[in-house]
Amino acid sequence: MSDLPGTGASGPTRRQLYERRQRRRSIVVAVASTLIVVGAIVVLVPKTPGWYRVRRSFFNGETFAETFPRLAEAFVLDLKIFAWCAPCILVWGLLLALARGVRTPALFPLRLFAAAYTDVFRGVPVILTILLVGFGIPGLGLDRPWNSPYLWGSVALVLAYSAYVAEVFRAGIESVHESQRAAARSLGLSSGQTMRHVVLPQAVRRVVPPLMNDMVSLQKDVALISLIGPIEVLRQAGIDKSKFANFTPYLGAALLFILLTIPETRIVDHLQNRQRRRTGATAIR
Amino acid sequence: MNRRLSLVAALAAGALVLAACGGDDDAAPATDAPSSTEAGTSDGGDCPTITDGKLTIATGNPAYSPWVENDAPESGEGFEAAVALAVAEELGYTGENVVWVRTSFDEAIQPGAKSFDFNLQQYSITTERAEIVSFSDPYYSSNQAVVALAGSAAEGATSVADLVDVKFGAQAGTTSLDFISEVIQPTAEAFAYDDNAGAKAALEAGQVDAIVVDLPTALYISAVEIEGSAVIGQFPATAGGTTDDFGLLFEKDNPLVACVNAALATLRDGGQLDAFAQQWLSDNAGVPVIAVG
Repeated sequence: MSDLPGTGASGPTRRQLYERRQRRRSIVVAVASTLIVVGAIVVLVPKTPGWYRVRRSFFNGETFAETFPRLAEAFVLDLKIFAWCAPCILVWGLLLALARGVRTPALFPLRLFAAAYTDVFRGVPVILTILLVGFGIPGLGLDRPWNSPYLWGSVALVLAYSAYVAEVFRAGIESVHESQRAAARSLGLSSGQTMRHVVLPQAVRRVVPPLMNDMVSLQKDVALISLIGPIEVLRQAGIDKSKFANFTPYLGAALLFILLTIPETRIVDHLQNRQRRRTGATAIR
Repeated sequence: MNRRLSLVAALAAGALVLAACGGDDDAAPATDAPSSTEAGTSDGGDCPTITDGKLTIATGNPAYSPWVENDAPESGEGFEAAVALAVAEELGYTGENVVWVRTSFDEAIQPGAKSFDFNLQQYSITTERAEIVSFSDPYYSSNQAVVALAGSAAEGATSVADLVDVKFGAQAGTTSLDFISEVIQPTAEAFAYDDNAGAKAALEAGQVDAIVVDLPTALYISAVEIEGSAVIGQFPATAGGTTDDFGLLFEKDNPLVACVNAALATLRDGGQLDAFAQQWLSDNAGVPVIAVG
């Protein structure tokens, strides 16, 4: 047993042994505690009086098997709408945030517009925006295919969500210290160049977790497009619920959403961690 | 500090376990027995209602014409309002003793205890629904019908083959939507809406070519609600379509069903159901029939 640290050749140090023991003990306690809690739920919940009915209504295997393929098909529509809305929202939100931050007096109306826009569209519930835009605008007399609910429903989602995303970007931009701007300007970069090369890269990296939040929220709000007609996964689950008088289809839909969200957030976490490691931010524990 | 937190977590887990321990009643899969309160009716005791001395009837929110006029079922105006009040009178409930409540269409066809004695919102009697709730005998038979604006792709259709390229809309969770997907089978998937108001808005906005609703609703829409719309046709059982029997909806195995069936039989034999249909529902005779298959 060597007391000299760093001499790997003579085996682990006392401190390392101690830490190893502590780690093992924590793992054992964690596993035991998890087993107890899960075991309690699995053993005791079925003993409740209403369990049979709840299981038949919410966890019905037969209904699940019968409805899941159709739900997966309908989910593809959700994915498509999300895929074309998300980039538009990010771009439009960023433009709004930049508009809100302009400092030249001549462009004040732009700043006013951006402020009013975020206030209005954050205040109005997304359902109202979708109904007004999805039914109202086509109702003015547009012909097909320009009155499509897919188009106007997506427009409504973009209008609504950009307001939230714009605020997130604005928070990111304002969190970049003023000294960065000062340094950039003193190097001779113009205002626009400062924003593009110095401020935005830092700002956007900072707000990736809250943006992720908004994107995940968007995935679920895509379901609101069912109000104006298209049959997406939650509407299909509702139709199946009425047909089979059973809530299990909603469980299937929830599973699909989770299957999408979990890998997404883990990938983003991984990218963030890689970024932090590169800049040495994880050196201190 | 970490040790204290984990102690709190362990206590919480323990509390969860103890809470789940409580309630050791037998988990027998018996269906809900309705609360058999003493009924204050002339039938005396074997026609129980959820509230003593009162009959609680539920309908939609809002309730549409021609089933309920002006969203005021208490007035008895409208086909369903009239039928419900007539049944209530047969059971011995009149005036103040008839209480109206509102539920959504879906709410009532879910398993579990109900907040009403019976519900009527053009519920079609289907085998799937009958496993979860109980229905009375039918009080009306209705065909599915197609409503479209003048000049739409559905105009002049005489058979289902003419409707295959039409974009349809219907209320979600109804037999109308099932009818579109199972009988008409159009190439484009139909749009589904929370209620008929959404379907009508889509029709007016040109997002759908035609909507499918039951025939009386179709006649009302084309005559009163949407200008320039018409009933393209109906699908009766004789032409291979389906006829929807509307029944009053009860909690599963409610003993009140037998009493209500007796009341309905009296009304039917006395010709009152037909009289109500004559009074409140438009004449169905002139609507062309669309052949199926």
